[in-house]
Amino acid sequence: MGNERLNSSRRNFIRKSALLAGTLVVGSAVKPFQAMLFAANEPEKTMPWYAIGIDIEKCIGCGSCARACKAENDVPKEPFFFRSWVEQYTIKNDGTLAVQSPNGGIDDFVQTVPEAEIFKSFFVPKMCNHCAKSPCVQVCPVGATYESPEGIVLVDEKYCIGCRYCIQACPYGCRYLHPEKQTADKCTLCYHRLKKGLNPACFDVCPTGARIYGDLHDMNSPLHKFLKEHSTQVLKPQLNTGSKLFYNGLSSEVR
Amino acid sequence: MPPQLKTLLPVLAVFICIFLVARHFLIPDSFGKYGHYRANSMDEIAALPAHHIGKAACMDCHDTEAAKLNSDLHSGLTCEVCHGPGWQHMDDPEKNKLSKPGTREFCGKCHDMNPARRTSVIHQIDIKTHNIDRANCIDCHNPHAVWEMKD
Ligand code: HEC
Ligand code: HEC
Ligand code: HEC
Ligand code: HEC
Repeated sequence: MGNERLNSSRRNFIRKSALLAGTLVVGSAVKPFQAMLFAANEPEKTMPWYAIGIDIEKCIGCGSCARACKAENDVPKEPFFFRSWVEQYTIKNDGTLAVQSPNGGIDDFVQTVPEAEIFKSFFVPKMCNHCAKSPCVQVCPVGATYESPEGIVLVDEKYCIGCRYCIQACPYGCRYLHPEKQTADKCTLCYHRLKKGLNPACFDVCPTGARIYGDLHDMNSPLHKFLKEHSTQVLKPQLNTGSKLFYNGLSSEVR
Repeated sequence: MPPQLKTLLPVLAVFICIFLVARHFLIPDSFGKYGHYRANSMDEIAALPAHHIGKAACMDCHDTEAAKLNSDLHSGLTCEVCHGPGWQHMDDPEKNKLSKPGTREFCGKCHDMNPARRTSVIHQIDIKTHNIDRANCIDCHNPHAVWEMKD
């Protein structure tokens, strides 16, 4: 009886050590393919590594970013397809939450909650977080979505098969299926503008300077100034997506 | 070596060759250059035309409006916030006219009262009550220099 137990626990020990050793061997063999497992790693500092800062305190919810984005990127005018949009959060005195986004902020925001019941109200502009460990990139079965060496998540329209996995995978709801092209579509941080030396359209039109983008490698960029001067936060940090969209003044109610 | 294996080996070799050749033709050139994707697609995205051309480009032809805009509180705005993207207008201004929105609703997108807007960031009025004797905001305010009033 005692002997048997001893034997079985020794067998268990050997089995577990073998499992551990096996995992280590497999793990080290897989290491070179880490890029495929975890999407892009921050590369050598030969290229910019783009990130975004949004100051919620400065956003006036005019929806200029959402309008400019649709015009710039030929996003269908029909509602509910957005690469960039604005939400209004209202926290009432009794602690309940009201969220609205009339046509993504393109239509005027009208506060429906009576003034006396409002504890706090603010706008949250949303767009792709350009995560460094993007869930959307990891699920693509054909390698049609990827992180560019500049840290921008892009979609290869010619390779996308429209399977919608990435749309499901994005925890921030930043992707949609383009109704005409039938491919996944999303914010490119206006890659075509960046390459021409222009600012992304939504940053260009923002009337109050609530949006900042820049190179995280460049310690003198306005973005670094923004990050140093404010205590910023990313959306859903618990998911460890490596989000590179930093909000100032983000309430925990924002999802 | 068993004889049946000997006959199967060439078949296997042929299959591997076919696989390699097919793979060579099916995988696009730039696939895997940076990662598990087609690197050329970045160039394709980069080649798309920019629609918003920026204040500096408008300034080339509309220097009076631009000078006026920069002289007053709207200097932080680009022309295209109000007038819309100007890439087609730039090529053929006569054919592709831009919109000139000066309605209450349009100015209200930025200036209408809303508890979420900080007064330190934007001055607000109630578009339903602020000087309703005139239909549009631009009947009084000059959109380019806001404190230049018409009477
Ligand atoms: C190549 C020179 C050129 C550039 C660049 C240009 N415009 Fe124009 N624009 C014109 C001309 C010429 C007219 C007059 C067209 C007419 O009246 O038929 C005009 C007219 C206009 C009008 C009045 C249209 C109307 O219906 O009265 C607006 C508004 C305007 N431009 C805005 C802009 C903005 C904003 C930009 C920058 C995005 C811009 N323009 C860039 C040449 C230019
Ligand atoms: C706050 C919004 C706003 C901004 C910013 C703005 N405009 Fe205008 N613009 C208007 C409105 C509204 C009108 C129509 C004025 C009217 O009909 O009296 C107008 C008219 C014009 C006209 C026609 C002038 C005329 O006499 O018919 C031109 C040209 C023009 N804008 C160019 C520009 C340029 C160039 C810029 C950037 C430097 C610019 N606008 C920025 C709102 C704006
Ligand atoms: C894209 C947003 C935007 C739009 C659209 C816009 N404005 Fe403004 N406006 C601003 C900003 C930003 C300021 C500067 C901050 C401030 O002082 O409120 C400003 C300032 C003003 C001021 C001066 C307020 C003060 O400080 O004394 C007036 C008046 C004004 N705008 C009128 C208008 C009118 C009229 C229109 C419509 C033609 C208009 N605005 C459209 C953003 C906008
Ligand atoms: C009858 C002419 C007239 C019309 C129409 C008009 N305004 Fe005014 N507006 C004024 C005058 C005069 C003032 C300054 C006195 C005041 O604050 O009421 C002013 C002030 C403002 C201010 C500054 C408020 C502040 O707190 O400093 C803003 C912003 C403004 N107007 C925006 C608009 C907008 C947006 C519209 C269109 C919905 C509009 N105005 C229509 C005459 C007008």
